[in-house]
Amino acid sequence: MLMLQMTILVLVAATALGVVLTREPASQAIAVSFYGILLAVMFFVFQAPDVALSQIVIGAVALPLMILLGLAKVRRNALMQQRKREAAARERNAA
Amino acid sequence: MSRKTRQIVFFLSVAGFASLYVWALRGLPAFGHYRGPYGDVLNAVATYERHVTDIVTAVNFDYRGFDTLGEESILFISVVGAVVLLRRQKKEQGEQEEAEAGQDPGEPRRSPRPSEAVRAFMVGMVGPVVCFGLYIAAHGQLTPGGGFQGGVILATAPLMVYLAGDFAVFKRITSHALIEAAEAAGLLAYAGVGLAGLIMTGQFLRNVIPLGTTGYITSGGTIQAASLATGLEVTGGFVLLLYAFLEQTLEFRVREE
Repeated sequence: MLMLQMTILVLVAATALGVVLTREPASQAIAVSFYGILLAVMFFVFQAPDVALSQIVIGAVALPLMILLGLAKVRRNALMQQRKREAAARERNAA
Repeated sequence: MSRKTRQIVFFLSVAGFASLYVWALRGLPAFGHYRGPYGDVLNAVATYERHVTDIVTAVNFDYRGFDTLGEESILFISVVGAVVLLRRQKKEQGEQEEAEAGQDPGEPRRSPRPSEAVRAFMVGMVGPVVCFGLYIAAHGQLTPGGGFQGGVILATAPLMVYLAGDFAVFKRITSHALIEAAEAAGLLAYAGVGLAGLIMTGQFLRNVIPLGTTGYITSGGTIQAASLATGLEVTGGFVLLLYAFLEQTLEFRVREE
């Protein structure tokens, strides 16, 4: 049991480091999801199944999804502005 | 401040913090040796007092039920805040119409349709996920789980519909007026369970429902009622949140279907 607990603690710490070292936001969302799953396993190993259940859904699904959707919205806004600028440039060229 | 002074200040504070931290760690009880009295007391009395077998749920919805009411309100306010912040604003609407008016047709970065395997799997998953969510929400007082966990699982069911490629159905489910009503009704029901105790016994959240037989789904009295109310609120809240986030990225694709 102690061996299992130590293994999962080391794994969680390593994955957490991995999340911080991932610099690209979209990949980071996936890394955070993986970290969330490991954290849920850790809660389970330490006999907190109630917390593990919440962690699986919130940490592994909901949080990464919110990050990804937030990124999509930011990108779309940037795209809209770029299109506007291009249209303005075209109008200037035509005039 | 020069770079060197900053480094000296940094290392001094790190050394100070490290020594205090190590000192504090040495005072901790040994790994796995729990010394607080509350856990042992509750483990001993909760099943007898409340007829529940999952002590965590008993703590959440009874022994510290008032705190949970506060947490429910936090979730409620956060979801309302997110929905207000993410609403379609006039300026954005104008931009989108402009983009659609023909000067730049279509969405340039279209996501590919999910593969048939993903779609078939997700269609098959919707039913089991709904059943599992209901099961977890309804058995909170017996086994690990409860309203919060069950509610979040239930809220992922519309996501499976989305992954199955049915955007129109996803939109119809998530934008339904009942979802908003469910979120508000869940919070109200929780407060109502507490108020019923206040009115009938003079104490907020005191049990007013028969405790039932330990081990049955009807056991637990107000614990079960509060857990189900939480399930309703969490399901509504998370579906609403999903809708608020996905609405804007989905808009183009729904129209294409």
